[in-house]
Amino acid sequence: MDFGLSSEQQMLKDAVRRCLADNCPLDHVRARADAGSAVSEPAAAALHAMGLSGLMVPEAHGGLGMTLLDAAVVAEELGRAVAPVPFLARSVLAPLAFVLAGSDAQRAAWLPAIAAGEARFGVAILGIVETRDGSGVLAGEDGLSGTALFALDFEGANHFIVADDAGRLHLVNAEANGVERVALKTIDATRSVGELRFDAVPGESLADDGGAAGRRLRDAGRALLAADSLGAAEVMIEKAVAYAGEREQFGRVIGSFQAVKHMCAEMAARHEPCRALVWYAAHAFDAVPDEAALTACHAKSHTGEVHRFVARTATEVHGGMGFTDLLGLHYWFKRIGFDRQVLGGPDKVRAEAAQLQDWAAAAA
Amino acid sequence: MNLEYGPEYDRFRAEVRTFIERHRPLAPKAGGRAARASSEAVAWQTLLLEHGYTARTIPREYGGYGAEPDILKSRIIAEEFARAGVPGGLANQGISMLVPTLLELGTEEQKRRWIAPTLRGEIVWCQGYSEPGAGSDLASLTTSAREENGEFVVNGQKIWTSTARQADMIFCLVRTEPEAPKHAGISYLIFPMDTPGIEVRPLKTMTGHAEFNETFFTDVRVPIDQIVGRRGQGWFVANATLGHERGMLGDPDALENRLLALIKLMQEERVGSERALDNPVLRDRLVALQAEVAAMKYNGMRVLSNQLKGEPGGMAKLIVKLQSCELAHQISALAIDAMGEMGILYDGSPREREGGAWQWNYMFQLGLIIGGGTAQIQKNIIAERGLNMPREPRLEPSAATSRKEVA
Repeated sequence: MDFGLSSEQQMLKDAVRRCLADNCPLDHVRARADAGSAVSEPAAAALHAMGLSGLMVPEAHGGLGMTLLDAAVVAEELGRAVAPVPFLARSVLAPLAFVLAGSDAQRAAWLPAIAAGEARFGVAILGIVETRDGSGVLAGEDGLSGTALFALDFEGANHFIVADDAGRLHLVNAEANGVERVALKTIDATRSVGELRFDAVPGESLADDGGAAGRRLRDAGRALLAADSLGAAEVMIEKAVAYAGEREQFGRVIGSFQAVKHMCAEMAARHEPCRALVWYAAHAFDAVPDEAALTACHAKSHTGEVHRFVARTATEVHGGMGFTDLLGLHYWFKRIGFDRQVLGGPDKVRAEAAQLQDWAAAAA
Repeated sequence: MNLEYGPEYDRFRAEVRTFIERHRPLAPKAGGRAARASSEAVAWQTLLLEHGYTARTIPREYGGYGAEPDILKSRIIAEEFARAGVPGGLANQGISMLVPTLLELGTEEQKRRWIAPTLRGEIVWCQGYSEPGAGSDLASLTTSAREENGEFVVNGQKIWTSTARQADMIFCLVRTEPEAPKHAGISYLIFPMDTPGIEVRPLKTMTGHAEFNETFFTDVRVPIDQIVGRRGQGWFVANATLGHERGMLGDPDALENRLLALIKLMQEERVGSERALDNPVLRDRLVALQAEVAAMKYNGMRVLSNQLKGEPGGMAKLIVKLQSCELAHQISALAIDAMGEMGILYDGSPREREGGAWQWNYMFQLGLIIGGGTAQIQKNIIAERGLNMPREPRLEPSAATSRKEVA
């Protein structure tokens, strides 16, 4: 019995942290944001050199064949560093899609290319969760038509995995005829999303499994967004505590005032159990499949709520400085905001959790 | 991440399950809040002691089972009894707080005399710590014990002495060295509750019941050897037991069981033809609490793993009392809301649900948020020990002295 990270996972965590400290300091994050790009080439290259592009690619196809908990460890570090690096779609969900629903030929064609960093995927599965603004993708005889919103890791993607309205996954070349790509700007400058408009686009379908693979991608995505949020929130708490230990008012460091101390204690107290919940959700994805969907919902919704509290409270502890651009605290604030909303906000995810337990009829 | 306990433990779990199934008819109805165990509960306790399902690691010469400490086996026992809805061993203040203290700091004579009958439920203890003027600042307590003719003479008042009316004995913090600094002037005494000069008055609380008492001491004479640890060492002795109390208030199985009871209530309670669970707002709150209970459950597994590796519990442990008590309170709050108007029925009213237990819990759990180290004290501990934040500056020495004089 050992509830926690293995020594290998701890080493992976430390290695990613060192890599990002060297290649992705806050000044660099800011420079990329100012340049309007959510992709840091040096950081992405350094992580690729560590083999992370093939993290979820089976060893038989040239990858590391790791688990979602390993990916969660990486996601947490990316959140800590507010790293503008494509990861969730490109290195986790896309290879998972092929593992779960790819034919032998598709796997052989695409998994090695993902591990090599040549096939750079974005993933658009929001349609599995909800439709907005008339979005939706129909797969007909003449190909894909319609609109897919919130394609993740949009910038720099040369291919996309897209879920149609029946939940089936399709592979689309970004340059294919009839594909229009429109970047969406969000609060979070460190990640890129976009919308895909299809007009009779020839796609290559993955297995018709009744939407099972798509739901697995959704669960994995939720667990990893929660892991990203975990890392970002932890940094915000650390920064708040450090600031409260330095900043003096009324002749004392403000961290000695109980009003401030208790804000920090509340953040820590609410945040700490999130770590065990996120680890369990990621672990369950591979090891306890029956619980994977529900724990992914719990991890996503609970971190969404707790880390919204952490983001605003840590900002408040910094006083006026927290509100400025000078400290860059807002990069973490916004990263947490992104993690909360994407693939279903807390209310939406809780409604799904209720359905999973037959507590409520499925929404129409 | 390895959640398997291993074959040895799987066998042990099977043994515990078999025991529970075989003996279930003998189990007393509920865990029993009664201070003095019923004859049924005493018989159950004796059976559990024989099999090592309570007081497992306490040496045999003191009435325990004498097993090697094994955190996983203790955990399995707790899990299986909770899962089966069968009460485990007695968990009163004598067993949870005094016994560990005696084991750590008592004399051989004290251990032999007190531990076994306490474990068997024959001796009921109460705790004399808090005073009207010494709550969070417990070390400022003023109940005095002056030495006179080979005895301590105790004068003063304690509050929050639950079970004082039923108790045979009290473990009590008193000031024996009035000239010493406040933490160094305290001693830990144990004495019978029928000693002349003790008066117990029930303390009625917001629940309408008197779960606590006030206990008054007027020239109560205690033999000088009825002390645990040395004179002036009582603060250290007491802190050994406060740790046990905080552990007691954060039980993940208890939270899970409260949540299951809430789910059941929301499936059964109806508004018109709709279940409470069909109300999307209530359902949303239920799922939010379920997520938080899950987080506390896995957090508990993480703390357990750290213990197994001999690592400190760290932040994951420091936050348990604060978070668990608040969460338990929120679970009761939702139950009351799910019952609507019916949620306020109490005190044996017609149409009352579950004996008014949800309202009682809602109120009593607020007491638990305050007791055993208030939420605010917990936050200080989290900030100072967990986050290394600075302490509140001390009062000027002159102010501190004048306060002591008043005391």
